[in-house]
Amino acid sequence: MLASLRTDLEIARRGYLRYAAYPAATAAGAFTNIIFGLMRGSVLLALFAERERIGAYDAAATIAYVWLTQGLLNVVALWGWQELALRVRTGDIATDLIRPIHPMRTALATDYGRAAYQLIFRGIPPVAVGVLAFHAVLPADPLVWLAFVASLGLAVAVSFGFRLLYNLAAFWTTDTRGTMILALVVMSVFSGFVIPIQFFPPWLAAIANATPFPAMVQTPVDIFVGVTRGPAILVALAGQLGWAAGMLLKSYWVFALGTRRLVVQGG
Amino acid sequence: MPAIELEHVGKDFVVRRAAGRFRRRTDVVHAVSDLSFSVEPGSLVGYIGPNGAGKSTTVKMLTGILVPSRGRISVAGLVPTRQRTKLAGRIGVMFGQRVQLWWDLPLIESFELLRHIYRIPSQIYERNLSAFRQLLDLDKFLWTPVRQLSLGQRIRGELTAAMLHDPEILFLDEPTIGLDVVARQRVRELLLSANRERGMTVLLTSHDLTDIERLCSRILIIDRGRLIFDGDVDTLKARYGKERVLVVDLEEPGPALQLDGARVIRVEGPRQWIAFDGERLSAAQLTAAAAAQAPLRDLTVQEPEIEDVVRRIYQERL
Repeated sequence: MLASLRTDLEIARRGYLRYAAYPAATAAGAFTNIIFGLMRGSVLLALFAERERIGAYDAAATIAYVWLTQGLLNVVALWGWQELALRVRTGDIATDLIRPIHPMRTALATDYGRAAYQLIFRGIPPVAVGVLAFHAVLPADPLVWLAFVASLGLAVAVSFGFRLLYNLAAFWTTDTRGTMILALVVMSVFSGFVIPIQFFPPWLAAIANATPFPAMVQTPVDIFVGVTRGPAILVALAGQLGWAAGMLLKSYWVFALGTRRLVVQGG
Repeated sequence: MPAIELEHVGKDFVVRRAAGRFRRRTDVVHAVSDLSFSVEPGSLVGYIGPNGAGKSTTVKMLTGILVPSRGRISVAGLVPTRQRTKLAGRIGVMFGQRVQLWWDLPLIESFELLRHIYRIPSQIYERNLSAFRQLLDLDKFLWTPVRQLSLGQRIRGELTAAMLHDPEILFLDEPTIGLDVVARQRVRELLLSANRERGMTVLLTSHDLTDIERLCSRILIIDRGRLIFDGDVDTLKARYGKERVLVVDLEEPGPALQLDGARVIRVEGPRQWIAFDGERLSAAQLTAAAAAQAPLRDLTVQEPEIEDVVRRIYQERL
């Protein structure tokens, strides 16, 4: 058990190091995130010229929302991830199958390493800009921080499960760019990244909340900005846990199906 | 119990292609038609065949990556596709054309990671790694990211990665691709010592037949998905390489010699190459017959090279 956890940690560490190998890309990305934060912030704040609150969001919560979502964008890999699809396409997936641990476990551990790196180097800069330049308010209660970290951990798992699904389409279609672009559009709208789900008309919010997407962004953000508070946090976390388990199980199943029909091209 | 056993194994691929504007035709390609052989533990077997013969497909079925369409496979007593993960800990696999190392990380990080993935005891890990570092000369690029390695360096890294955990059975698909003469020789020594000292079973595909000749006590030749030869190098040469070549230098350039039971296959100035069946005619008889027709200045006899033998097999589809 302990040795098993050690293996996962070692894999995660390499996932982290892989991203750490490209610091210039990270810096450029963080800079872009900040620029887009400025744009999104000014657009969303304009809404509050007319009214005080939209759902549970007021102007202060919205400022925190904007900078936090800019920071989390890469942690939950909202703009896409097609590593596994490429491995299926090139046939390199073959080398993942000759390891004594399940490829999905390797991929999940690697993804947590990636998420940790993105949290530190792509997550903190936009939030810092939000706090320093726009007075975004950070949670004061350490319990809220704890809940936020747990929620973020689950958000990565839900996002990973979903990303795996559209990547696994490569087992059937070989080229997954179309599938991925569709997935990204749906994901960025229904996760509550573009605007908070509370801003949606009720019928659209109902649809969004029936999908796993809010568990990737909206749930941790609501905890962070204080829209979800008290015992509701536990309910939110339980919901995320359910989505995480569901998505991982589903992708595990699809992975098994894909492997069964696997044809490694050439080589 | 054999280390590897195949009984009437076949693998078909379904290929769909356009036939006309809207119609598609479905073709079934038999990559492997009907393959049966077994390999005893501790043997070093060369698995060769022309391009597209079904070598890689076989290796993939043996390692559990591809599901055979028919037949039965057993590797280390396990059924590869059904017990793939369990089998993975006991075998080592290297595909010369695939990157198994972590592309963005220094080479040493891949080794460290494999150590944890395979749960290699640190004693064995240290011992193996230092042996490979020395034998394959890894130190110069051990801390270089894999993406910056040359092909030869990467292949040496891949080979180390496949063998770090002391596998019982090693599958190597083109393990010396892109290596220079020195590195090639080192890889051969490494494989021989692993085989002799640790009893590692090795199944190796290579287009470099010198590898096969130097290393393998047994050769399997596959063509169009069928086994067409199973035996050692000498048997191979004896069976397919009966043709020897006498090279004679005449005093004066002249027309091709006319000799019974032999034929001139090449003429270059005064030098002529005469092919003959070594079982029906001796080199001495042929030399005497040639000397009777034209004065000779020099002569050599070329024994069949494994390259030529195998080329003949591939070309003539024996």
